[in-house]
Amino acid sequence: MKAFIETLINGLSLGSVYALIALGYTMVYGILKFINFAHANVFMIGAWLSYILASKSGFVNPEDPNLLAIPFVLLGSMLICGVLGVMIEKLAYAPLRKAERLNILITAIGVSLLLENGLQLDFLFGTQPVGMPVLLENSVVATVAGAKVFLVDVLGISIALVLMTSLHTLVFHTQMGSAMRAVANSPQNAALMGISAGRIIGMTFFLGSALAAAAGFFYGMKYSGLQSPGNTTWVLLGIKAFVAAVVGGIGNINGAVLGGFLIGLIEMFGVAYLRPEYKDVYVFAILIVVLLVKPTGILGKPELEKV
Amino acid sequence: MSVSFHRAYSFLIAAFGLFTLIGCGGSESSSESASSGADKIKVGQFYALSGEQATFGISSKKGSELAFAEINAAGGVRGGAQLEHITFDTRGIPQETGNAVTRLINNEKVVALLGEVASSLSDAGGQVAQEYRVPMITPASTNPKVTQIGDMVHRICFIDPFQGFVVAKFLKENKNATKVAVLFDQGQAYSVGLKDAFLEAYPKMGGEILTVQSYSSGDQDFSAQLTNIRDLKPDAIFIPGYYTEVANIALQAKRLGVNTILIGGDGWTSEKLTEIAGDSIEGAYYSNHYSPEDSRPKVQEFIKNFKEAYGGETPDAMAALAYDSVYILADAMNRAESLEPDDLAAAIASTKDFDGVTGKITLNAERNAEKDAVILQIQNGESRFVTTVSPN
Repeated sequence: MKAFIETLINGLSLGSVYALIALGYTMVYGILKFINFAHANVFMIGAWLSYILASKSGFVNPEDPNLLAIPFVLLGSMLICGVLGVMIEKLAYAPLRKAERLNILITAIGVSLLLENGLQLDFLFGTQPVGMPVLLENSVVATVAGAKVFLVDVLGISIALVLMTSLHTLVFHTQMGSAMRAVANSPQNAALMGISAGRIIGMTFFLGSALAAAAGFFYGMKYSGLQSPGNTTWVLLGIKAFVAAVVGGIGNINGAVLGGFLIGLIEMFGVAYLRPEYKDVYVFAILIVVLLVKPTGILGKPELEKV
Repeated sequence: MSVSFHRAYSFLIAAFGLFTLIGCGGSESSSESASSGADKIKVGQFYALSGEQATFGISSKKGSELAFAEINAAGGVRGGAQLEHITFDTRGIPQETGNAVTRLINNEKVVALLGEVASSLSDAGGQVAQEYRVPMITPASTNPKVTQIGDMVHRICFIDPFQGFVVAKFLKENKNATKVAVLFDQGQAYSVGLKDAFLEAYPKMGGEILTVQSYSSGDQDFSAQLTNIRDLKPDAIFIPGYYTEVANIALQAKRLGVNTILIGGDGWTSEKLTEIAGDSIEGAYYSNHYSPEDSRPKVQEFIKNFKEAYGGETPDAMAALAYDSVYILADAMNRAESLEPDDLAAAIASTKDFDGVTGKITLNAERNAEKDAVILQIQNGESRFVTTVSPN
């Protein structure tokens, strides 16, 4: 029972990271119908920015962080990554708006490689792993059946849930959300209704990247040894989040959240109860099953091919 | 208007791309564009200067560059020939290592190769060196397979079976540990080798292996493995991995309430380990090639020179081994009949009682060094000498 609860918490915790990243993939896909490969790198940048804001910005004392440290680091990292996301879109993707789908896909791979390699320069992030300062004492919030529930997990999962709920409200209950859904539905028709597609796309990238940064922040809080920017770990995590988006139904926001938690739980339970060696296998096996049984994903609706 | 904007963007992106290429395609040459005559001998080095194992490569490069500078200042080798060294980055990836070694041999025409710390990388580099028949010395790769590649590949450190034996002996005799759990990296030849050696040696000494758990390089969550281990209440956990993962394992072990001895091998040699893991790694032990606390004058002089050259930094084992590897190569060059591959390789292989910073070095018939290991303990973030374990 103890092991079960520990695994459940770890799964939810990892799942919220996947869900936050998956939202970015799914939102961009929903509107532009392409896979933003650079999204995994934005997640890595979010984690690294959190480290830099927490240890090098001068606003936070890494030895003795106060209560404001967490909101400062989290929001700072989200804001910078959001702006970065908009810049990536304006510089790399917007000029290709009318080009073939393949061109923009290849550009996304290019942006991803640029970020991965460029950030390893010594005056940027460098090539070494780093240790994220402890912003939150490792206190135990509760003990359930002998299993300790840590504050970092509770805080991380709550932040993720708050962000996801806010996004849901934004997309389904505001005017801007209607505009986003209109652009996703048909950019031409949305334009006829006086919606500026460029602005909406920019907003989508801002939101997606900020959520990825929040995932990066939470990841850094939980696993304080951050791998170097060039480490394959980051891309692998990004790919698993992409799998989460596909499993949930790509283009569907609720699907991304569902997929994220599902993948996180499956991975953690597989590792704990089956064999840890196959931790990636569980995730990709689920992808294969979903693609065979319901190719559009769990919450995805079959779409008529437009001719 | 819009067309020119697009051009500006693509130019910007292209410029960024170029910038990145320049930033990463790192190769550094020590040649000062002086006329290269017959009095220069080119030595190629391949180390991971970026990636997960970068501190190994960076330390090694510092150690070897100090040795090159000293040898050249003292008049070079073979009666006045200067050593020129070229270093390529392997990024810690086997394929890149193969490419780097191929380029060193074909484009740079090096006469000898020094390189790599991680065994999987020395293995990749060694295959190429053997194929083109260029003598190679690995300063720090401990997996037995590396020198089994062929007669061109040599090493100046001990091998995994010995390191596994050292850890087993230390745990049994010095710590009275009888029940041990093992957590190893299934993706690293080094880690698998140490695990196998330990699994063979420890039961023979009367110890019990409670469980063998694995992870993969790059993993960040070890809670499942650590929870399994915790419930078995071992006297010690042997973690023959590399420092990045070990740091995360130590952090999570502490969080999960695993209060037992953590012990590892020379893959822990990096200041990053204590920097990332902090308190969590306090009191842990690891086996290593040398200790800066060794009082031999040769060691103390090396430490003094190293500190002068690199702003007060204390050399770690990788720096010490790389330093020795350059001296052994220079010594072999002096003894060799010619610098032809067969002669040079034979000279390296016949190294006997070489007095190095990391101990007396003699290469055996398998081109492996036989020497003592030390056990260090992490105390207040520093690695302190505990004991020496010899092969017998």
